[in-house]
Parts: sequence; C-alpha cells; structure tokens
Amino acid sequence: MARYLDAIIAGFGGQGVMLIGNLLAYAGMKDGLNVTYIPVYGPEMRGGTANCTVVLSEEEIGSPIIHSPVSLIIMNRPSLDKFQPRLKDGGLNIINSSLIDMDLADANRVKCIAVPCNEIADKLGNTRMANMVALGAYIQATGIMELQPVIDSLKDVLSERYHKLIPANTEALNAGAEVAAKA
Amino acid sequence: MSEQLVFDRPQSVIDRPTHYCPGCHHGVAHRLVGELLDELGVAEDAILVASIGCSVFLYNYLNVDAVEAPHGRAPAVATGVKAARKDKFVFTYQGDGDLASIGMAEVLHAANRGENIAVVFVNNTVYGMTGGQMAPTTLIGQRTTTCPSGRCLEHEGAPIRMTEIIAGLGGATFAARASLNNVKNIRQAKKYLRKAFQCQIEKKGFGFVELLSACPTNWKLNPVDANERIKTEMIPYFPLGVFKDALDEGGAC
Amino acid sequence: MSKQPERIFVKGNEAVVRGALAARCKCFFGYPITPQNEIPELMSSEMPKSGGEFVQAESEVAAANMLLGAGACGIRAMTSSSSPGISLKQEAISYMAGSNTPAVIVNMNRGGPGLGDIGPAQGDYYQSTRGGGHGDYRLLVLAPATGQEAYDLTIKSFDLAYKYRNPVMILGDAILGQMKEAITPWQPEGIDDEAGRDWALSGAKDREKRLIKSLYLEEGALAGQNKNLQKKYEDMQSYVEYEEFETEDAELVVCAYGSIGRIAKSAVRNLRKQGHKVGLFRPITLYPFPSDALLALAKQGKKFLTIEHNLGQMVDDVRLAIRTVADSDFAPIYPGNLPIPEDIEGPVLEWLEGK
Repeated sequence: MARYLDAIIAGFGGQGVMLIGNLLAYAGMKDGLNVTYIPVYGPEMRGGTANCTVVLSEEEIGSPIIHSPVSLIIMNRPSLDKFQPRLKDGGLNIINSSLIDMDLADANRVKCIAVPCNEIADKLGNTRMANMVALGAYIQATGIMELQPVIDSLKDVLSERYHKLIPANTEALNAGAEVAAKA
Repeated sequence: MSEQLVFDRPQSVIDRPTHYCPGCHHGVAHRLVGELLDELGVAEDAILVASIGCSVFLYNYLNVDAVEAPHGRAPAVATGVKAARKDKFVFTYQGDGDLASIGMAEVLHAANRGENIAVVFVNNTVYGMTGGQMAPTTLIGQRTTTCPSGRCLEHEGAPIRMTEIIAGLGGATFAARASLNNVKNIRQAKKYLRKAFQCQIEKKGFGFVELLSACPTNWKLNPVDANERIKTEMIPYFPLGVFKDALDEGGAC
Repeated sequence: MSKQPERIFVKGNEAVVRGALAARCKCFFGYPITPQNEIPELMSSEMPKSGGEFVQAESEVAAANMLLGAGACGIRAMTSSSSPGISLKQEAISYMAGSNTPAVIVNMNRGGPGLGDIGPAQGDYYQSTRGGGHGDYRLLVLAPATGQEAYDLTIKSFDLAYKYRNPVMILGDAILGQMKEAITPWQPEGIDDEAGRDWALSGAKDREKRLIKSLYLEEGALAGQNKNLQKKYEDMQSYVEYEEFETEDAELVVCAYGSIGRIAKSAVRNLRKQGHKVGLFRPITLYPFPSDALLALAKQGKKFLTIEHNLGQMVDDVRLAIRTVADSDFAPIYPGNLPIPEDIEGPVLEWLEGK
C-alpha cells in the first residue's frame, strides 16, 4: 500500500497548530512525499479553533481539503467536539490530555492516544512547545516517516530568530514520540 | 534683400492642421511642449501619455512615441511607463475633467510618490470634447450644459485649485500655474514648463504645470473675449505663480 | 528547460511569484486584497533584487493602468488581485485588449457577488473568459489546479502574452493561493526580453514614432481593428491545454477546472474504488476552451456532469462544445462553502442512480 495520510490539526489560535502543520508537510516533502498544507479559514475560523489540513502521499494529491480525515491532532476541547465526529472509523486521534478530559475520547470507534502535551512541555521548560510534543507522538503513532526528517526540517520551518530553540524543540518531539511508543 | 526665417515650427510638432476650434489654447500649449522637447533634447526619448478630452489627438500632433490612457488614468499609465523605462522622458497632458475629476486619485498619488514624470494640466473650466459640461474647475456662476443656471457653491461645491493641492503634497517637486491668454503669460508658462521638464531630466521628481486656457466655443465667447475672461474671471480665482519649487533642494524625495 | 531537482514548499501565491521571476517579469503593480496578499508582499522584496520595479498602486484601477503603461513599453509586467479588485481592473484590461498590449493579470478568485467573502469560489469564470470589461475581446485564461501548475502556467503566461500581444489571465482561487505545496522550480531558457522591439514604445529615435491606442474614429478603422482581433482570437484556438483522467472507459465524465478539478480527481478515485466508471475532464486553458477534445469524448457516447464552485458558468462552454451530439448536466458548489470531494461524489452518485 502506497504511503498516504491526511490530518486535520486543530487547537486554539496561538497553540502553534499551523506551525506543526507546516513542519509535518515540509518534513514529508523532505522525505520524498507529495504534500499539501492548507490553513482552513472562512466560516471554519469561528468557534474557537484554528486548524489546518495536511495531506501526505506517494501518489499525486487530489483534494487538499479533507472533510473526514484518517488522523487528527487535537490540542483543545472545542476542536475535539468539532473534528472527532468527522474522523474516519479506525482513524488515529492524538489528544492533548493536558487540556482535554480523556473521557470524551471516542475510544470505541477510533484509536485515541492521550498525550499530556502541556505537562511534558512544561517539564522541558516551555509550555509553548506542547505542539511539538503532539507532533512527535503523531509521527511515532502513524509511522508515516522517521522522526529525523521532522527534526531536520525545524531549521527550515522556524524563522531564524527561533533557531536557538531547535534543541529544545527536538527534545519535545522526542518526548512526544516516547509517549506514543508506550501507548 | 535676403529673407530671414525668424519663426518656425518646432521639430517635435508635426506639420498638420489641428482639429481645435478657433481661439482654443491647446495649439499654444502643444507648441510650448514641442519647443521644449526640442530645446531640452529629449524628443527622441520622449513617451507621451495622452489622456481623454479634446487633447486626445495630441499624439497626432507631436512627433513622439505615445500611449493612450483611459480617462483620468494618465499619471498611473505614466507611472507604469516610467517603471518600465526609467531612461525615458515621460509626460502626461491632461485637461481639467480628466485630471481634476475622474483622475484626481491618480494624479495626487503619482505626485505624492514623487514619480519622476511631468504633468501638463490644461484648465479651461469646462468639458470641451463632450460638449461643454461642468468641470471641477468651472467657476461659480459659470453656465455650462449641466449647470445651465450657473455653477452654484451650495449644489456643486467650489472650483478646485489643483496646483495648490499638488504643491501641498510631500512628493511633488515643482508645481506652478501659468496662463495662455497673452504673450507675457505664455512666456512665463514656457519658463514653468521648462522647469517641470528639467525636474524630470535631473531626476528630481514630479513636475506639474497648470495652464489656464480658453475654450471660446463652450464659453460661447469670441477668442478675444475669451482671453479677456481668463484675465478678469479665471486669474483672480486661480492665481498665477510658482506654488512649490524644491528643485534646488535636490527634489522632494 | 533545466529542471532543478530541489523542491520548495510554498503557497500557490508564492508559486506565482516564483514563476513570474523565472519568466523575468520586470514590473509588478499591486494593491492589497485577500486572498492574494502574498503576491504583492513577496514582489515588493523580490522585484528590486532582480532589477525590477514594484509599485503599490493607490487602487486596483491605477495598478492595471500602470500595467498598461509598462506593457506598452514591451516590458514583462504583471498585476494581481482577487475578484472585487479584478472588477476594478477591467477598465485597463479592455484598453490593453483593444491596443494589443501584452500583460499578465492574476485573479485569486474569492466568493462573490459584491464583497462576498475571502474564501475560494469560481464566480469569475464568465468575467474572465468573456473579456470582463466593455467591448468585444478575449483574454487568454489559464486555470492552474496545483502549486506546480501555478508556477508553470505563470511562466507560460508571459510567453503567450507576447506571442499574441494580448493580456493573459491566471485564474486561481483562494485554495490555490493559500495552499502550500511542494513544487519543483525550473528556469525557462530562451526568453526574448526584446519581444516588443517592433512595436513597443522606447522613444522615436532613428525611426517613425509609435502609438499604442485603442481609439479608432476614422471610417472603417474600428471595424478593421475588430477584424484583426477576431483573427488573433482564431489563431489562439490552436493553444489549448487540458487534462483527462480515467476517461477512457468512463460512462460519465465530470468536467471541472482549477481547484475543483483537483478535488474532483479525489472524488473520481474514490468512486472508481466503489466500481463506478467515472472520469474527469479538466480544462487548463479556459480561453481558448478545449472544445474539440470534449466533443471527441461526446462522440464516444459519454455523458457529462459539470461541477463548478459557482451557479453554472463553464457548463455553458461544455454544452457549446458538445451541442451537436450531447448535453451536460450541472451541479453547483455554492460560493461560501469550502469544497470537498464529497461535493462531487454526491451529485455523481445521484446522477448514476437517476440515469
């Protein structure tokens, strides 16, 4: 089966969902895949969530917009309410359990992985890296690619003034991957 | 007795009859422009941006490359020409309807950007080509086909003094108003036009000259009375002179 | 054409800019409007680097007229906007068409009518393919569906503009403009920067003066100009591009262009998996329209369903193309809604059930 993955990544504005969407797609490109990334705006912007859609595929990509994805990265509660029902049966849901009650996870229908993103990021010294923890878990759980192309892409996706944070972000990606490996 | 030719047609002006009415000042303005293109040696580098109005056919009378702009847009088209060919001498020639009404935004912004172009503005207080309708510069009380009882301050607002507005913009380098109603004023007009053209040649930015002109046909006056009207009615409202001259300061920008 | 192997990850708006720079565009005239702002933003920093000129105009009206001025000088020049702004550019576009002035205009179509929204839509199909302004004229209209096509077709647009001395429109939408995708940049060779040497304005030195105009008052002159334009539009007909996908054994052919075309491709794949004999016909040139290719499909007995992100515009051209042998049904995706493959799968399944 050819490699294919689509994902909606959603959270509050400021949680860095657009950044990890970019990073995922960029790393996919570096890993030889076709990729699309689209920030979803318009009516979708309202209701407390910022979100983007990423498609990774060995084949040519048709639609860059996906209503029912095969995977989710969910960083806050309103995003869970909005997108979990749309997730395909048997799909993967990476849930930020620091901010979301795992009782709300639809564990019977889809595969849910609880990742305490904010707590792990706090421990690593910066809450703002919660997004990287989530992405690390996502890469590990999907196996779409190794973590290395993602780490290697940090320098291209982060603007130069944040390059000093690359080691810390790498740690966060690794920490998220460890959680998913144990799940 | 040998003949001596003391008055000839400028090289840049084509030898053909114009379509203008008797007593119209466009011919005088065309000649001044043509003389200066010759005297300043820029005719071969000149690109005229023609406008819409009686002077739309200026490109048939001047021996220079030309592009025809939509109504009022000549300063925008000239901006594009200059962006494409910085090495060329670019100028517009516009009437009062074209420049002060529909083209107000284009001329103000071109001036304010300090575009290195020259604008020749012919103000005869009326839309000539379309048959004498009210223009933004029509004087209070002046009758036109769209203000048959005379322009009224309450209804139509006051005539716009363009040169003063242009002079007030930071980007403009030279702004002056002259009149074509007598020889003395025509000589002054040429001096101002020379300065506006010089402004571009020296890469000092936007040069603007307003020329008060007669439209005997639409004013319903004979040419002599039309000239008199410029003196008695127009000049008192549109004073002559230089309103901005930043050439010696190296331009406005 | 030397293909650089390195891919870049850029928005469609940036792909347009990169394509224009590769095509040695030397003047850009812009005005802000969502969802195309990355184009003027990037041009403002990139144009000076390549020795070109960037001007932020006071309005779309002015920007298009600046384009007219630069095009009259035979310089590769461009402007971009989105629907409401494109309406304002129509004045100068008509003048450019009337005066045979080459130029490239990009429209990242957003929802309308009026101010509409800032999301994707295809409501400007008629405006783009029927001229858009006053008078009887046509633009070459290219409709990229992907970032790569945005890059490739932008390069091509400059060549076409100069080949035909005609304005060319790149018609994208908010999806194309805002989506990031991996594209492979390449550098075209053999660009003729002096393509306008026989007609462009440069100052009448050692030659007759030249005039770029669209006013023809002398008896018979305007008729002559219109005849010349018609001849040009006939010549353009030889330049068509389109994509056929899974049409060979298809019973039903979906006709869709631009972003909807690529979304329809996903729908066709999904429907094929369910065993439905469905194909896709995607015009890449909207003017000239690939009528002959459509007619050939119609003659094979295929049925047609046109789906657009509007209330039905391109469907007219599909019907005209196949009118002697077939007709096309139509399903709208309403501007204001974000299109998804299900918007295409639904009407197709309905059509299959109802046949």
